[in-house]
Amino acid sequence: MNIVWLLLIAAAVISGAVKGHMADVSNAMFSSATTAIELAIGLVGGMTLFLGLMRVADDAGLVRVLARALRPVFRFLFPDVPRDHPALGAVAMNFGANMLGLGDAATPFGIKAMEELQTLNPDKDTASDAMCMFVALHSSSLQLIPVMVISLRAAAGSKNPSETIVGTIFATVVSMLVAIGVSRMFARWYAMRARGGAA
Amino acid sequence: MRELANSASNWIVPLLILGIPLYAFAVKRVRVYESFIEGAKEGFTIGVRIMPYLVGILVAIGMFRASGAMDWLVWAIRPLVAWAGFPPEALPSSLMRSLSGSAAFAMSSEIFKLYGPDSFIGRLVSVIQGSTETTFYIMAVYFGAVAVRKTRYTLAASLITDASGIAAAFVITRLLF
Repeated sequence: MNIVWLLLIAAAVISGAVKGHMADVSNAMFSSATTAIELAIGLVGGMTLFLGLMRVADDAGLVRVLARALRPVFRFLFPDVPRDHPALGAVAMNFGANMLGLGDAATPFGIKAMEELQTLNPDKDTASDAMCMFVALHSSSLQLIPVMVISLRAAAGSKNPSETIVGTIFATVVSMLVAIGVSRMFARWYAMRARGGAA
Repeated sequence: MRELANSASNWIVPLLILGIPLYAFAVKRVRVYESFIEGAKEGFTIGVRIMPYLVGILVAIGMFRASGAMDWLVWAIRPLVAWAGFPPEALPSSLMRSLSGSAAFAMSSEIFKLYGPDSFIGRLVSVIQGSTETTFYIMAVYFGAVAVRKTRYTLAASLITDASGIAAAFVITRLLF
């Protein structure tokens, strides 16, 4: 992350200098910072609502029920998380909301999942394997029906805006499997390196 | 299909917000209102905790976008994808997807306008945009919420996932259309 962050900024400044876009780059800095805070504030309303709902579901034991129902899948994805742990319930609700395209609900559930995973994390400053797997899985865009894309296609006058759904689901499933495989490989590699470093 | 998806999401959330507290109260005797407030308390703290992460990432991405440095990235990757038969016109919006959802969607609209949404490129872009995610934003929000700074291999794994999504989208679009 350190390298990518620096690269993004370095590329921006160099390209801005070469192409004479420095004023745009400078403006973008401050407007992006403002946008970031607005986004964070914008998240607060939905987050407060769904975190409240999540607590009710938790107190009613529903989160654990959900975790138990999906135990076989989760034992494979998150071997370090104890079975029936509330983290897995939150993960399940996040995946469910994402697949249905309920972005507003998915983010608070995902944050709750991260908080629960953090309680199991021995090193609070560093991501655990379960966290890495969880976040990497999001890159495969869990959403099954790409509502946003379909609306864009319809707006552009497509004869059949939803014809790309099957392809989208296929590509999502493939990249999901890649996310799982790659995260597993990295986890093993990092574990080996850590052992090697200790010896 | 779109109507179905839209109306489904309109129904699911209200039903959850009724169903969960109803079950909790009626079956488990949970004091639902108190429980809700207890959980909701955290909302604002998390929003504040995310801020530095989001500013860090979005500023870097905003600068990168404004500088036109994307052209260089496209230029560097272009020969590789052209060799595989991937239309280079679809490359910028695909690379943008991990950085900024709104920018990627704007670029896709542009492609739909130029080539038509039902052209090969239009369909390819549709599948790609639907099967990849705004990786950097997700990372900032999720790791920001728990104040984890060292993300280890998450970014590498996520970017490989994004790339595989693009590749899979290309293959399936080729096969389907």
